[in-house]
Amino acid sequence: MNRPLLAALVLMAIINQCGAEPPQIAPPFESDIGIVSASRIDTLVSAGLKNRGIKPALLCSDEVFIRRVYLDVIGTLPSPPEIRKFLEDSNPNKRISLINRLLEREEFVDYWTLKWCDLLRVKSEFPINLWPNAVQAYYHWIHDCIRTNMPYDQFVRELLTSSGSNFRVPQVNFYRAIQGRQPSDIARTVALTFMGTRYESLPQSTRTNMEVFFSQVAYKKTAEWKEEIVYLNPAPVGPREAVFPDGKTVQIRPEDDPRRVFADWLTEPNNQWFARNITNRVWTWLMGRGIINEPDDIRPDNPPVNPELLAFLEKELVRSKYDLKHIYRLILNSGIYQQSSIPRSDNPQAEAMFACYPVRRLDAEVLIDALDQISGTGENYSSNIPEPFTFIPEGRRAIKLEDGSITSQFLEMFGRPARDTGLESERNNQPSDFQRLYLLNSNDIKNKIERSPILRQQAEAAKGNRIELIKNIYLTILSRYPTQAESDTADKYFQKEGMTRKAAIEDLAWALINTKEFLYRH
Amino acid sequence: MSNQKHTYVITRREALKLGLLGAAGLTFVERFGGYARGEDANSPPANKRTPAKAVIELWMSGGPSHLDTFDPKPQAGNDYCGPFKNPIATNVDGIKICELLPQLAKQADKYSIIRSMTHGVNAHETATYIMKTGRKPGDNLVFPGMGAVVSLFKGYDHGYKGLIPPYIVLTATEGRFSEEGFLGPRYKPFATGGDPGQKRFVVSGVVAEGISDQRQLSRRELLHSLDSLGKAMLGNPQFEQLDHCEEKAYNLILGDGGKVFDMSNEKDELRDKYGRNKFGQSCLMARRLVEIGVPYITVNYGGWDTHKQNFEIMRRKLPELDKGMATLLQDLSDRGLLDSTIVEWAGEFGRTPKILWESPWNGGRGHYGDCFSAVVAGGGFKGGHVVGASDDKGEEVARRPVLAADLIGSIYELLGIDPDGPLPNPKGLALQVMPSANRLKEIM
Repeated sequence: MNRPLLAALVLMAIINQCGAEPPQIAPPFESDIGIVSASRIDTLVSAGLKNRGIKPALLCSDEVFIRRVYLDVIGTLPSPPEIRKFLEDSNPNKRISLINRLLEREEFVDYWTLKWCDLLRVKSEFPINLWPNAVQAYYHWIHDCIRTNMPYDQFVRELLTSSGSNFRVPQVNFYRAIQGRQPSDIARTVALTFMGTRYESLPQSTRTNMEVFFSQVAYKKTAEWKEEIVYLNPAPVGPREAVFPDGKTVQIRPEDDPRRVFADWLTEPNNQWFARNITNRVWTWLMGRGIINEPDDIRPDNPPVNPELLAFLEKELVRSKYDLKHIYRLILNSGIYQQSSIPRSDNPQAEAMFACYPVRRLDAEVLIDALDQISGTGENYSSNIPEPFTFIPEGRRAIKLEDGSITSQFLEMFGRPARDTGLESERNNQPSDFQRLYLLNSNDIKNKIERSPILRQQAEAAKGNRIELIKNIYLTILSRYPTQAESDTADKYFQKEGMTRKAAIEDLAWALINTKEFLYRH
Repeated sequence: MSNQKHTYVITRREALKLGLLGAAGLTFVERFGGYARGEDANSPPANKRTPAKAVIELWMSGGPSHLDTFDPKPQAGNDYCGPFKNPIATNVDGIKICELLPQLAKQADKYSIIRSMTHGVNAHETATYIMKTGRKPGDNLVFPGMGAVVSLFKGYDHGYKGLIPPYIVLTATEGRFSEEGFLGPRYKPFATGGDPGQKRFVVSGVVAEGISDQRQLSRRELLHSLDSLGKAMLGNPQFEQLDHCEEKAYNLILGDGGKVFDMSNEKDELRDKYGRNKFGQSCLMARRLVEIGVPYITVNYGGWDTHKQNFEIMRRKLPELDKGMATLLQDLSDRGLLDSTIVEWAGEFGRTPKILWESPWNGGRGHYGDCFSAVVAGGGFKGGHVVGASDDKGEEVARRPVLAADLIGSIYELLGIDPDGPLPNPKGLALQVMPSANRLKEIM
């Protein structure tokens, strides 16, 4: 039996065990065929659902899948030709190949650099004062690491153990992008970033012990403006005994870099925090919710909802020599990831147990890029703080902005993280009244629609064929064709008394931009 | 930060000592929820007057020179006062201000000048943070600014029902840090965008040009009929939240709420008096917002970072400041609003008293946080007083140092927000709203 079909059957089998009739498919969102590989993830999640009598969602349609996987993996909407090609492709493995292609795209590098810059707090000004030159250096270093898919353990070691100038050894900015410079401030940030643990939830003795490893980190200025050297103060005379967070002890000799001693411990394959933190985060990024939730609040009294699943991902990371793309691939190819967002269970635990794909509003940067892409317009970003002012080339996409200090009312309004603390929860994708006002009624949105070269081209190309025009507008904005009913509704709108063609096109585009389907990942 | 001279906050260790950390285990939401239900957090301190209702913050981003505004020093000589050698008398005996502020000189009985502000910080972002929050940076917390705190205690959680959000910024946010701090997006300011000095003040999202109400309604109907995913997922809590926001947005778009931004019914004469520029008309707009009950309005007026050619810039800007601020005070007073409205004028710091004549500054002034001025009026602040003093050259505080926390705490107290009351925060720390040792009792 081939693997895709098996996956579909596995999920269908769970549904049937729950005593339900095969459900009605809700077009255009659900599909009755799952073109995925039956994976270990599916088995483990399914077991968790079965134990609790929770029915999973159906598999999502191809239309939903292509939009979702583009947004999740490269933070970018698919273009109409890409969608057409994918929908027409009859290869049963087309979802697998699409995932592989996306993981190699340049936008993958951009989008995940953005994510890491949030966690590492890459910004010029307050309360993280990296300043523009160092922001550029640090950003491009992170970007390169993601482009070359640097093994994750090496990435962390570089960040933890480097010394030198903030301009010339960009990794040292890890130690500068911290509120405060005491050993406790550094230890707090290391625990949060690489152990997924809030400092407050560690016992006081563990914190004190951990600070020892960062007690020699020091900073000094140079003659060059805003250059700063991160270096190590000389060690105290003689060897010292230090204690790792898991209670093991180690002798630090005077010639050792204690940060390296810590990094060695942290990146050991059996370290209980290291692989757990990052695999749980990757799961959260793709699935909207952690196996341990929140993903940066790992502590004994916040256990994983599916321990076997998390253990499997951790093992896979170590086995693949810390290849994060391997983890992305495993998750993206699972039937669980490819579920519809329409729940088939009203069990209150359903979402926490991953019984459907959770809807999430597009990230601020992804949303403005999507609005620009569908309208064929662009933004002009700049920042007049701090000096020297930063001007970004016209039309640069927001997911490619290096500096968290770039001024943008849109990004602010839509919950871009302040990059103050590195907490995942800093990014806020909740809707607000202001956002709604902006999308429904701002001149920015109005101008994007009225001045859209794409809408104009589509109107010209369709000539008198309204149905064709409606179809193309749908494909551009919602990344799918309209259903018959939707097409009829739109067509009727065009024919309303007193309606001009231009106004009808604008209103249709405006309406689709304001649908939940456009504003959310689903 | 090493040159910082004062302590502004209760540190965690001090809080522990004081036994304040009993509730530290609670989550933000739990604590927050407690306050939102609102028993005693907002009870007025022992002060019998009716609390002030609103604040207009005139924020001079960049840091205006104290010597060239409210603390002139002609006796310090040309290297300090430059061309502004003839401060003018005000309508209060003994108070003189810069000669380029003649309208404000006629209003001095309405405001008090604090000439002994100090925080010792010369970096824009940190100084801004201190002046807006009353806290020094650190503790891995970013505190909310005054507007967000007022919005917390006098906004939707405490009976504010206006369609216009309770915390408005005219016209763009400052951008140096997130005004709402750890309070989160609910307390973000609404930045109007646009320019009230233009023929039509286009407020982002509220005023759309060229879309009739009829078209709004027809579009909305189309949107609802095409909302296929929403219909397939009825009852999804996220979508319900979005629907709720949409309902509120339409109340503003289609209702009368947005009319406040239409200034066409203001007399030309009054508009001229405020000054036909962005700052002046923003001041007028602020008064209109106060009239409809908005509790906190910031007018951001930048351009005071006068490293070079300070005096040329001052000759351009001071007349705008003079007309806008003076007319605002007079207008509020004429309408009986000054008693219930606090007007605060401040920037993040002052500027170096000694002028940099040499190239490339050519008569510029640098950043200066050791000693500078702020102005308060209305809402229970007495007018016609000077608090504290700087030395002969305006370089050091000579008498009665005033910290940002003292100033902000005083404003809260007048608003009926207990500065010593608890401030909800995500770490569940027992923080106070605005602890300070020396609130401005002498002018309250």
